[in-house]
Amino acid sequence: MKLAGARILLECLKLEGVDTVFGYPGGTVINIYDELYSFPEIRHILPRHEQAAVHAADGFARASGKVGVAIATSGPGATNTVTGIATAYMDSIPLVVITGQVPTALIGNDAFQEVDIIGITRPCTKHNFLVKNVKELAGIVKKAFYIARTGRPGPVLIDLPKDVQVAVAEFKYPEKVDIRSYRPTVEGHSRQIEKAAAMLLAAKKPVIYVGGGVILGNAAEELRQLAETLHAPVTTTLMGLGSFPEDSPLSLGLLGMHGTYYANMAVTNCDLLVAVGARFDDRVTGKIPAFAPHAKIIHLDVDPTSIRKNVRVDLPIVGAVQDVLAKLLKILEAHRDGVEAFTSGVQPWLDEIDAWKEKHPLFYKESTQVIKPQAVIRKLRELCEPDAIIATDVGQHQMWTAQFFTFTKPRTLLTSGGLGTMGYGLPAAMGAQAAFPERQVIAICGDGGFQMNLQELATLVQSQLPVKICIMNNNYLGMVRQWQELFFDKRYSQTVLDLPIDFVKLAEAFGATGFTVKKPSEVEETIRQGLATPGPVIMEFKIAREEKVLPMVPAGASLNEMVLAS
Amino acid sequence: MRHTITVLVENEFGVLSRVAGLFSGRGFNIDSLSVAPTNEESISRMTIVTRGDEQILEQITKHLNKLIDVIKVIDFTDGSAIEREIALIKVTAEDADRAEVLRIVDIFRANVIDVTPKSYTIEATGSPSKIDAILELLRPLGLKELVRTGPVAIGRGPKGWKN
Repeated sequence: MKLAGARILLECLKLEGVDTVFGYPGGTVINIYDELYSFPEIRHILPRHEQAAVHAADGFARASGKVGVAIATSGPGATNTVTGIATAYMDSIPLVVITGQVPTALIGNDAFQEVDIIGITRPCTKHNFLVKNVKELAGIVKKAFYIARTGRPGPVLIDLPKDVQVAVAEFKYPEKVDIRSYRPTVEGHSRQIEKAAAMLLAAKKPVIYVGGGVILGNAAEELRQLAETLHAPVTTTLMGLGSFPEDSPLSLGLLGMHGTYYANMAVTNCDLLVAVGARFDDRVTGKIPAFAPHAKIIHLDVDPTSIRKNVRVDLPIVGAVQDVLAKLLKILEAHRDGVEAFTSGVQPWLDEIDAWKEKHPLFYKESTQVIKPQAVIRKLRELCEPDAIIATDVGQHQMWTAQFFTFTKPRTLLTSGGLGTMGYGLPAAMGAQAAFPERQVIAICGDGGFQMNLQELATLVQSQLPVKICIMNNNYLGMVRQWQELFFDKRYSQTVLDLPIDFVKLAEAFGATGFTVKKPSEVEETIRQGLATPGPVIMEFKIAREEKVLPMVPAGASLNEMVLAS
Repeated sequence: MRHTITVLVENEFGVLSRVAGLFSGRGFNIDSLSVAPTNEESISRMTIVTRGDEQILEQITKHLNKLIDVIKVIDFTDGSAIEREIALIKVTAEDADRAEVLRIVDIFRANVIDVTPKSYTIEATGSPSKIDAILELLRPLGLKELVRTGPVAIGRGPKGWKN
C-alpha cells in the first residue's frame, strides 16, 4: 500500500515501539501532526519550548533505557533543539530527533523558516540524515534508531522536508539493518580480558573507576559482582552515580573536582585503576600528570576514541562493558585461589581507605538558623521513595545532590554531566515521569537553572505529570559565585539574582502547588507535604546564600590538592 | 610527523563536511585533501595529508573510523604507499629563460600545456617531493601561478584495500 511520508514516519515509530514523543508543531511538520490522529498508541506531549522537548526525550531515555523521540519544525524549531541534542551527545544518550524542513526545491534559497540543521548539528549528533526521497524514509528511520542505541549511544537527527512528507511511496519497514561502514565492537578481546584479570590479581591497591557507560550498557549487576568478588573499592563519576550502591562499604562515592577526599586520595595512591565506561574527563582527572601517578591503567570502553584520548592506558579493552565484565568474572571464577589471595592482600589498602573516610568524611556545618542545602538533600533521600528518579539542573545543587543523596540504583539520577546544561532538570524530570507515571520523580534545581525552562510547569499540569520540584534558592548563580569568591576576590559580577520571585504564586499561576520554607525546622514537614501533594509541586528552600560545594579541587590542580570543608 | 591517510567513504551527501568538520572541530591539521569516486560507484576515496605525533594520529584514525559513513581508514606509514601529485605551474619565460624552462621540464619529464610569448604553463606529475624540487628550480625564473592537487596514494604490492 502506498502511504504519504508523514504517515510512513509514524508507522515506523510505531514499529520501533515508540509510545511517547515530545514535540512542537509548526509549518513544516503540520502533516506529521495531522497524521498523529491515526496513532492513538503514540502519546504526544507538548512542551512549551523545543529545547525542553529534547531534554524531555533525553530524560525519558535515561530513565527507561529506550530511545527518546522529539519532533520540531524547521528553522527556529530546529535551532531550539540544538542545546538538547548537544546535551544528549555529550552524555551518550540515544535520541531520534525529527525536524521538519522546507520543501526540497526551496532548500538553499533562504526560504521562510529555513535553516541548515544538518550542517548545524553535524558536530553534535552521532549521525544525521536529510531525507530527499520518500522511498528512502523507512530505511533511514530504521537506521537512525539502530545507530542511536547501538555502540556508544547518541542522538541522531532526521531532517524531513515538507514535500517528502506529502509524497507517497510503498511502505515496507526493513526487518534488519546492515550498515557496512558501522559495525561497533561489542565483544571484548578475550586475550586482553585475560591480561586484565592477571593485572587485577597482581594489584595490591586497586580502584575501579566507573562512568556512565556502566549505566547505559546495563552492566551495574556485573560491576557489583566484580567489586564484591574482589573486595575492590569503587568510585564513580557524576554520570556513573547509581551504577554502584553508594551505601556499600566498598563505595568511595564521587571522584574529581567535587569528589570525596577518600575517592581522590584512593585514585592518587592506587597501583591499579580500572576505568569502566568512563572517559577521563577534565573534571575527573584534574592535572593529568598527577592523576593516578603510581597506577597501571586498564580502560574498558565501547568507544575506541575514548581510549588514550586524555591519559596513557596500559591495557585497553574495546567492547560493551557488560560483555567484558561478564567475561572477566568468568575468568576470576576459574581462579578461585588467586581471588582469595587477592582479597586478603587488599585488606591493608581497604584499611588505608577507611582511615581516609574517617579523617575527612563528606562534611557540612549544620545550622538551626539557616537551611543547609546538604541537609535538604539528605532529608529528601530519607523521605522519598527508594526508587525515586532524581533529575538535576547544573551547578551547586547538582554537586550537593551528587555528594549527599546516596544513589543506589542505575537510571535514578538524570543530570547533564558533559555539556553542563542549565535548564535541563525540569524537562528531563518531565520526560522521566512520562516514562514512569507511577514512580516518584523529583527535579532538584537551583533558582537560576529553574528559570531557564520554567515554562514547562504548563506542560506538567496539562499532561498530568506530577513532578516534584525542589528549588535550592540562594538568589545567586551559586557555582559561578563560588568561583568568584575563591578566585576573583568576591567580585560577584552578574551572579546576583536579586529579584525576590514568589515561587508559590508562580506555581499557582500554572495550576500547580507551591511551598516555600525559610527555617531549618520546617524543612522536613515541607518535604513530607510536598511529596504527598498530588500533581506538580514546587518546594522552594531559601538556603544559606553563600554555602560552598566542598571538597573542591581547583581547576588545573591535582586531585590530592583539595580545599576541604571546615 | 607527516602522514598520508586514505579514507574510503560512502559516496553520500555531506560526507566531505563530516570529515573536514572532524579535523577542524578537534584541532587536527589538514595539509591537503583530495577526493573523488572510485571504481565502485557508491564509494569515494579521500587522501588526506596530515601531521601529528603518534597519539594524535591514533585519535585521527579512530575518530575517522567512528564517522558512520567511513568504511575504511588506512594510515600509510612511510614507504608502504606510492604517492602521486599533479601540479600546474605558470612560469615567466622570456628570452634566454625560455630554453632554461624547457630544459627543466625535460629533466622532470613534465609537459608544457600552454604557451605564450611571455610564459609557459607546465604540467608536472610525481611524488610531492619531486613537485617540490621542480618548483625550487622554477621559482627563480618567476612563478606566476601554481595549483597542486595534493597527493593521492595507493598501497604497494598485489593487494587491494579490501583484503
